[in-house]
Amino acid sequence: MSSERPPALLAALALVGVAFFILPLAGLLARAPWQSALGELTTPEALTALQLSFVISLAATALALLLGVPLAWIYARVPFRGRDLIRALTTLPMILPPVVGGVALLFAFGRRGLFGQALDAIGIRLPFTTFGAILAATFVAMPLLVLTVEAGLRSMDRRYEDAARTLGAGRWVVFRRVTLPLIAPSVFAGAVLCWARALGEFGATITFAGNLPGTTQTLPLAVYIALETRPEVAIMLSVVLLAVSLAILVAMRDRYLRAF
Amino acid sequence: MRGVLAIALLLTACVSPSRTETPQINDITVFAGSSLTDAFARAGDDFTKANTRVRFIFNFGSSSTLATQITNGAPADVFASADESNMQKVLDAGLAKSPRTFASNELQIAVPTGNPKRIAGLADLARPDIVLVLAAPTVPAGKYALEALAKAGVTARPVSQEVDVRAVLNKVSLGEADAGIVYVTDVRSAAARVAGVAIPDQQQVVARYPIAVVKGAKDPQLAGQFIDYLTSPEGQKILAGFGFSRP
Repeated sequence: MSSERPPALLAALALVGVAFFILPLAGLLARAPWQSALGELTTPEALTALQLSFVISLAATALALLLGVPLAWIYARVPFRGRDLIRALTTLPMILPPVVGGVALLFAFGRRGLFGQALDAIGIRLPFTTFGAILAATFVAMPLLVLTVEAGLRSMDRRYEDAARTLGAGRWVVFRRVTLPLIAPSVFAGAVLCWARALGEFGATITFAGNLPGTTQTLPLAVYIALETRPEVAIMLSVVLLAVSLAILVAMRDRYLRAF
Repeated sequence: MRGVLAIALLLTACVSPSRTETPQINDITVFAGSSLTDAFARAGDDFTKANTRVRFIFNFGSSSTLATQITNGAPADVFASADESNMQKVLDAGLAKSPRTFASNELQIAVPTGNPKRIAGLADLARPDIVLVLAAPTVPAGKYALEALAKAGVTARPVSQEVDVRAVLNKVSLGEADAGIVYVTDVRSAAARVAGVAIPDQQQVVARYPIAVVKGAKDPQLAGQFIDYLTSPEGQKILAGFGFSRP
């Protein structure tokens, strides 16, 4: 690796770029009530939000794995007409404003939504429920998993699958015993990213699932609500989210913190 | 370019012959509780008719969010709160003084048009078949709603505590909730999509709206004029048109 002196202008702009990300974090940490940190985090409202957030984000990750790995396999292995369009549609929530996603979910699965009316008729209600919050989190987070797993499938050595087939393994056995173990690192990476995104979900959740402590009030919602009345709690919860996110990036440094 | 400037100057000279300085637009940034959204938009239009050099910039949100923004240095010229305690936060921070009460508002139960669940009063909100949405207890509308429910001796279980009163109204008008407690003015603003069920006087909570010039306002005199206008007969007439009561 060769190192060179950057032009002064580039160095100055890069410095501003770094400051732009570091300063808000410094601001947050400077305001954090470190002496009473544990006290703030063990208030009932904080504990409830922490617990609920872990349940919702983990459930969303499980759902994304269940549906996302098969979807990624189809995208990587089965060329069909309109594949790019379908892939674009299922990737959309990644860049769509989450509030728009929440409104769309409401118009589809809300009580008066396109499909929600049928659900309501059989007694299933999604808005304002924990399952609704899980769906909102899955909606925004699953695309990250699908893209990561598809990339893994495309870059794996397919000769192992061919070998298994020539030895008489059926399609399901090949997938389960050969493909899945080979792409395990991608599946793991995708799941972790998906989980982190689900943990931070705000807009789609508050729009589709509402905000009720213990049912749909996840960490980011609790931060937003507490900011006005209990800023110390809000700041400490933010620090927790920050720490978790940072831990994920560091744990996955092979993928995201090193240059390509 | 110079020609355009000359015409512009000429026009200004015609409009305000007494003024000789170049026309300058003064921005006035108003932070106001979300229940004031429609009324202030209209009041702002009306005020600019008489003061053509003024341009309004509105920031509507829950009064508690706005108070947090102002105490953290947001550049507001005027703060209108839906309750006294959030104004007090700004006063305590030394960022405003001598607020004036310019309007008051009452609560109403918002239900979807036609009142399909036949809600007659606060007591019905405790029914298990009612999907009830309230504003979060941290925002004025949510706090008032809890006060009204307490006065009525009703223990209600909302399925959601929305971030502001407009979000409550939206959940009802979308049909996701069977009922929500909002301001009379909110029901009136969404009359096409929701209906209001009155709350009797003995259970009613009156919300008083204080307004003040924020310290560091770009043009405190102009900000003061807007507040004078709101408390004047013309301003009061506009507010009454949106369902607000006199202070």
